[in-house]
Amino acid sequence: MISSKQIGRRRVGGDQILKGAVAAAAVSIVVLLIALGIELINGSLQSLTTFGFPFLYSNTWDPNHNIFGALPFIYGTLVTSAIALLIGLPVSLGVAIFLSEKAKGHRSVGYVLGSLVELLAAVPSVIFGLWGLFVLSPNLKTYVEAPLHEYLGFLPIFSTTPIGLDYFVAGIILAIMIIPTVAAVSRDVLNAVPNSQREAMYSLGATHWEVIRKSVLPYARSGIFGATILGLGRAVGETMAVTFVIGNSTAISPSLFAQGYTLSALIVNQVAETSTPLNASAIVEVALILFGLALVINIFARLFVVRLTRGARFRA
Amino acid sequence: MTIGDLSGKGGRRRRAFDRLMSGLIYGAVVAAIVPLVAIVGEVVIQGLPQINWEFLTALPRPPTIPGGGIFNAIEGSTIMVGLAALIAVPLGVGAGIYFSEWPESRLSFLSSFTNDVLAEFPTITLGIFVYLVVVLTTHTFSAIAGAIALSIVMIPIVARTTEESLKLVPHTLREASMALGIPRWKTVIRIVISTGKTGLATGILLSVARAAGETAPLVVTALWSVYPVTNLWGPTGSIPYLIFYYGLSPYQTWHGYAWGGAFLLVVFMLGLNLSVKLLIGRKFAGIRAEI
Amino acid sequence: MEIQESLEVRKEMAEVSTPTSLSGIQPKFETKGLKAGFGSSWVLNGIDLRIPPNRVTAVMGPSGCGKTTFVRCLNRLHELTPGAVVEGAALLDGEDIYDRNADPVAIRRRIGMVFQKPNPFPTMSIYHNVVAGLTLNGERDKKKLDHAAEQSLRGAYLWDEVRDKLANSGASLSGGQQQRLCIARALAVEPEVILMDEPCSALDPTATAKIEELIAQLKKDYTIVIVTHNLQQASRVADYTAFFYLGKLVEFDETATLFENPKEELTERYITGKFG
Repeated sequence: MISSKQIGRRRVGGDQILKGAVAAAAVSIVVLLIALGIELINGSLQSLTTFGFPFLYSNTWDPNHNIFGALPFIYGTLVTSAIALLIGLPVSLGVAIFLSEKAKGHRSVGYVLGSLVELLAAVPSVIFGLWGLFVLSPNLKTYVEAPLHEYLGFLPIFSTTPIGLDYFVAGIILAIMIIPTVAAVSRDVLNAVPNSQREAMYSLGATHWEVIRKSVLPYARSGIFGATILGLGRAVGETMAVTFVIGNSTAISPSLFAQGYTLSALIVNQVAETSTPLNASAIVEVALILFGLALVINIFARLFVVRLTRGARFRA
Repeated sequence: MTIGDLSGKGGRRRRAFDRLMSGLIYGAVVAAIVPLVAIVGEVVIQGLPQINWEFLTALPRPPTIPGGGIFNAIEGSTIMVGLAALIAVPLGVGAGIYFSEWPESRLSFLSSFTNDVLAEFPTITLGIFVYLVVVLTTHTFSAIAGAIALSIVMIPIVARTTEESLKLVPHTLREASMALGIPRWKTVIRIVISTGKTGLATGILLSVARAAGETAPLVVTALWSVYPVTNLWGPTGSIPYLIFYYGLSPYQTWHGYAWGGAFLLVVFMLGLNLSVKLLIGRKFAGIRAEI
Repeated sequence: MEIQESLEVRKEMAEVSTPTSLSGIQPKFETKGLKAGFGSSWVLNGIDLRIPPNRVTAVMGPSGCGKTTFVRCLNRLHELTPGAVVEGAALLDGEDIYDRNADPVAIRRRIGMVFQKPNPFPTMSIYHNVVAGLTLNGERDKKKLDHAAEQSLRGAYLWDEVRDKLANSGASLSGGQQQRLCIARALAVEPEVILMDEPCSALDPTATAKIEELIAQLKKDYTIVIVTHNLQQASRVADYTAFFYLGKLVEFDETATLFENPKEELTERYITGKFG
């Protein structure tokens, strides 16, 4: 007979309770995402059944006649995100290269500058919007848009008279906003490139920049791609900053200086003003499209396994 | 490209190119820093003059009447962020503990992955979700709905920072505790969490900072009110909404409110982020992006 | 004979013979067919070993021979690693600690462990580190705790050095002191067996000497099992030595006999440094 006094009797107790409780918390996160998707589908059911697939490429958004189509917003989201990546990516890469090559050591200038870039990520979107409306917009209009329109206005992309609220300004703001994300992740990717790669190049007599271009960047290619996708995700989901400066028009125009809308800006602006149930359902469907887009982009980015914490980030 | 000799014409060109690239890189850094300086600067210039005792304690006035304050927004934000934290911290810390201490389970992998996806999600969709589930069923915009929406924003941050903080606790400490005959649950709570508590607290603070600045979810859940909070089930003001609504209005006096609110928000958020960074500084061996 | 052939012969023998000095003595720990590993690969391939009470038994062998895994099976620490598997029996005073109804927590309280790298709890003071095993299991009586702290610190040869700074952080001590602190922490729960996994490998010679001196004292009251890859250390501190190779027990005897007159050729080759 085993004496239970000496080796004890197995208890089900604290261990199971703790594991159960924290596992429940973990489950709730999965449930949350699933519930999110289900609710959005549920809420947009009327619109889905009324308009079907054409919703995605229909140009008309007319609450008065109860006809809705999301093309202007998909277009706006794509255009502003494209501008954001076009301008934001090179700058982010430059910052990332700087941070990974120069920002060693704690008290260096590089460390301070790196921290400043991270602080940029901590600025709330709505404040970006406020600044964008009152400072960036008038300046861009006067110094960039007006000249471009005057001299190159025959090009479709510069064809409308700029008023400072348009796809272009929205794109620039988004570019600024994605820099911390893309730069931080890219920097970590660059840091992960083994030194032996660089040393091999240097020993062959390459200049600093050649080393970066020929050995470091190619090695880091897929990681930087992942960072870009994350930046795209941020740009697509950005709401408040865009709302301030995009001009809020449901028309589509090839001109960068025309007023427009994005998926997220539409939702925020029109949710309180829905006239009919179909109207409300259409807005929820727009949210569903945004949900789907964000889901695909984020999962795709995860394939390159990137994680980050927005706001201040700390390192050793 | 001929590698090797950096002298001579080819070498000169390559060195010049090298210098050009360095210049571009410095230019990129400047391009990234300038907006930060410009934004913070503008907020300070426009917002600081707005701050006085009345601004912090009084309620907003109609557009043509000067004076007034944003007490309703300050109070509303504080209450909603506080409530959100009450929801998000237990769930987030709990999930983080699970990811760290039971990483081999399939639920851990699935939930952790979902958590990462949720963290980067457009917050407006989170707001619409709460709108559909809470606002429509209760037939009112409310502080509770706003708090719930904010908590969904906070949970992934808390969960992830908790997971990473606890994973940094050396495994040998867990073993030392278990070898003493301390049961696993006590080991986790009294030893692991205690050792990682700085990281945990930091994560919570960061999530609070993030929630305080969120606007989109509140637009569709708590909406706005110019009155102090009397009922958690009614529309409630908040600083981010104030900035949005008053900033886009055509009234000069209301723009003043917006800048003042922006100033308070920036001070709060940058202050929190900076002090967190200084506090944990070298002691913390790094939460960072991983490939 | 080649090593491989030597092992073949090994397999045929039923068990490693017990040293004559131990026949008739009830072992403190007895393993029967103990196997352990991860996933589908075994690290320990059936160990039958009788560990005598109140003696120091060294477990030694080249890297990968399973000595650390063996010792971690004795306090059921091995199974905490995800994917770990254990088979066989380990009898502590005649009772199998791997019985289905046994409580691993109660078992671990009877067995103390000291690790390769000192691991005091960083958020606790010296005092709280020592009594952690008591306080975390609910002991609140200050007098009892103070008494236990002093006794354990004395027993670990650390009391004089820290008596005035008990409130300091555990991490403020030197490496050797930290290891003695960990020993004190293990002593405070009044175990019967103390397991040591290469306790001196991270320490300088002076600290090592102090700990070896300590071990010689501790065996009067405790059964000690020490894992070491250092042949000289084994010959200095251990009464008995078990030689492991590739997950099997090759030879077990009084240390002096094992070193001067090994029965197995494998043992002899290891001791004379023919392989490490």
